[in-house]
Amino acid sequence: MATTAFEPIISGAWGQPKSWTLDHYRKRGGYEALKKALDMAPAAIIDEVKKSNLRGRGGAGFPTGLKWSFVPKDSPKPKYLAVNADESEPGTFKDRYILELDPHMMLEGIAIASYALGVHTCYIYIRGEFKFPAQRTQEAINEAYKAGIFGKTVLGKDFHLDCYVVRGAGAYICGEETALLESLEGKKGWPRLKPPFPAVVGLFGSPTVVNNVETLASVPHVFSRGSDWYAKLGTDKSGGTRLVCLSGTVNRPGVYEVDMGTTITQLIFDDKYGRGMPAGRKVKAVIPGGSSAPVLGADELDVALEFEALKVKQTMAGSGGVIVMDDSSCMVRCLWRVARFYAEESCGQCTPCREGTPWQTRLLRKIEEGRGEPSDLELLSNVASSIAPYPPIGLGNTICALGDAAALPTHSFLMRYRAEFEAHIHEKRCPFGDKPWGAFGDWS
Amino acid sequence: MAEPLFTSEEQKKFDAGIAEILSHYPPDRKSAGMLPALRLLQDLKGWLPPEGMRLVAKHLEVTPERAYEVASFYVMYHLKPPGKYVIDVCTNLSCALWGAEKMLAYLEEKLGLTAGEANEKFTLRETECLASCGTAPCLQINEEHHESLTKAKLDDILAKLS
Repeated sequence: MATTAFEPIISGAWGQPKSWTLDHYRKRGGYEALKKALDMAPAAIIDEVKKSNLRGRGGAGFPTGLKWSFVPKDSPKPKYLAVNADESEPGTFKDRYILELDPHMMLEGIAIASYALGVHTCYIYIRGEFKFPAQRTQEAINEAYKAGIFGKTVLGKDFHLDCYVVRGAGAYICGEETALLESLEGKKGWPRLKPPFPAVVGLFGSPTVVNNVETLASVPHVFSRGSDWYAKLGTDKSGGTRLVCLSGTVNRPGVYEVDMGTTITQLIFDDKYGRGMPAGRKVKAVIPGGSSAPVLGADELDVALEFEALKVKQTMAGSGGVIVMDDSSCMVRCLWRVARFYAEESCGQCTPCREGTPWQTRLLRKIEEGRGEPSDLELLSNVASSIAPYPPIGLGNTICALGDAAALPTHSFLMRYRAEFEAHIHEKRCPFGDKPWGAFGDWS
Repeated sequence: MAEPLFTSEEQKKFDAGIAEILSHYPPDRKSAGMLPALRLLQDLKGWLPPEGMRLVAKHLEVTPERAYEVASFYVMYHLKPPGKYVIDVCTNLSCALWGAEKMLAYLEEKLGLTAGEANEKFTLRETECLASCGTAPCLQINEEHHESLTKAKLDDILAKLS
């Protein structure tokens, strides 16, 4: 749990006029951390990041310093940094805010990481639909070049760094790190088999670190205030604060920066965050870490929004996307929406995923429309298991984790809300009638 | 004789754009410029004409089939001319909980199109998560983002599209 008073460090400037400009960032002490880091040996920088307990904020939560240490120091090949700004997991919208409102914080993290890793070229891969965030980021890069932060020297140091924005073109799978590299290489985004891991064989066959936007935005704070300070903000195994994205049927959805001890209940009901449920509604279910994270029931929400605590509940902190469903929401229809997403976004490389994800979707549609048969539930469970068994998390039958992501919601919804699925089949209709979307279904 | 693909102004923009794109990659990795080069082509022509894809492939020193393979993988590339306005409506879970399905149905009725269809003015598509879950429901029109939509707000936006 946090041992120091909480303060937002990533989102602190959001809402301030021109928070995205270099001028504003410098007035807040921006790029001072880079100056400090440039006076350190690269190995010492990596050690500091390790000590900070910074874990990746893209979904997997892998320790950042450890990932950086996997890059071979004596490789004759050029090394690359690829920033994963392909934010596409339903329920997740935090990186967009960093890119729009404080891109220099991420750019400073990029410069520190690049210096530590011996990287001279960084590509920021931004999802294609993010036209405005990509423009803001490009403007910030232009400012950084003009100010001598990027280019032939980095703040006067004998170290050159180029940074380019590459926009994707609409494929969720490109958020998977090896698919992202394939896409950066100008190909369709088919994930690669691992090993070898990108740290050794990545972009253009060279050592490459792939880091999420929020992860890199966190790096300057490790150096501006020290790794001990950063580590103490979090838990024993995970330092810093966390951006969580609250959506669904709550009074005040949004992106909130929280300490790792904040529970889901607090996030939904606290006045600082979600301000509770709409009048007359109760929480029915919560997806705690992006649409792929197994769903939790209303009686399981006093759990901290951090990696280890959620793992104990057999779910994931994932990408930080907390989706709240109220008591008038139909769980079959909610799952169908999630399943449809994975079917649409499957890259088609692995048979269990290519065939299984649309099969799940068809079965769920059939059940939701009251055409389901009793045997469909076992069939649905079997189809999901053929993509990825449950538990454990992360041992699916596909090359990448999209298979797990597609199967985990099915397993967890079936486990926790089986009665609703059965009711659809027995009653031969949706028990929620024509308003399966809860309080906000009457869009107007 | 076939009409040239580009006007002289477009040709200038294309040549400059390709040169800029290629400067971002190692000289022996020209093919890495595929996504931005296809985007450049689409920005100029509104879609990806086959002769344009062949031209991109030539500049990137790959086969035309490779360009088509990439273009057909990603949903944002148009392999045939779309309507003047491409409307992408997010109907994923967070948006759906705020009525996105109803919003899509309203649009279908108003535009006389089913999601996935197009006419000269509009292409209407159901899309998967536009990362606007906290300001749902949302949609994009020609990549311009619109969020926290109500019927009145949407009507107002549509009324401004000539």
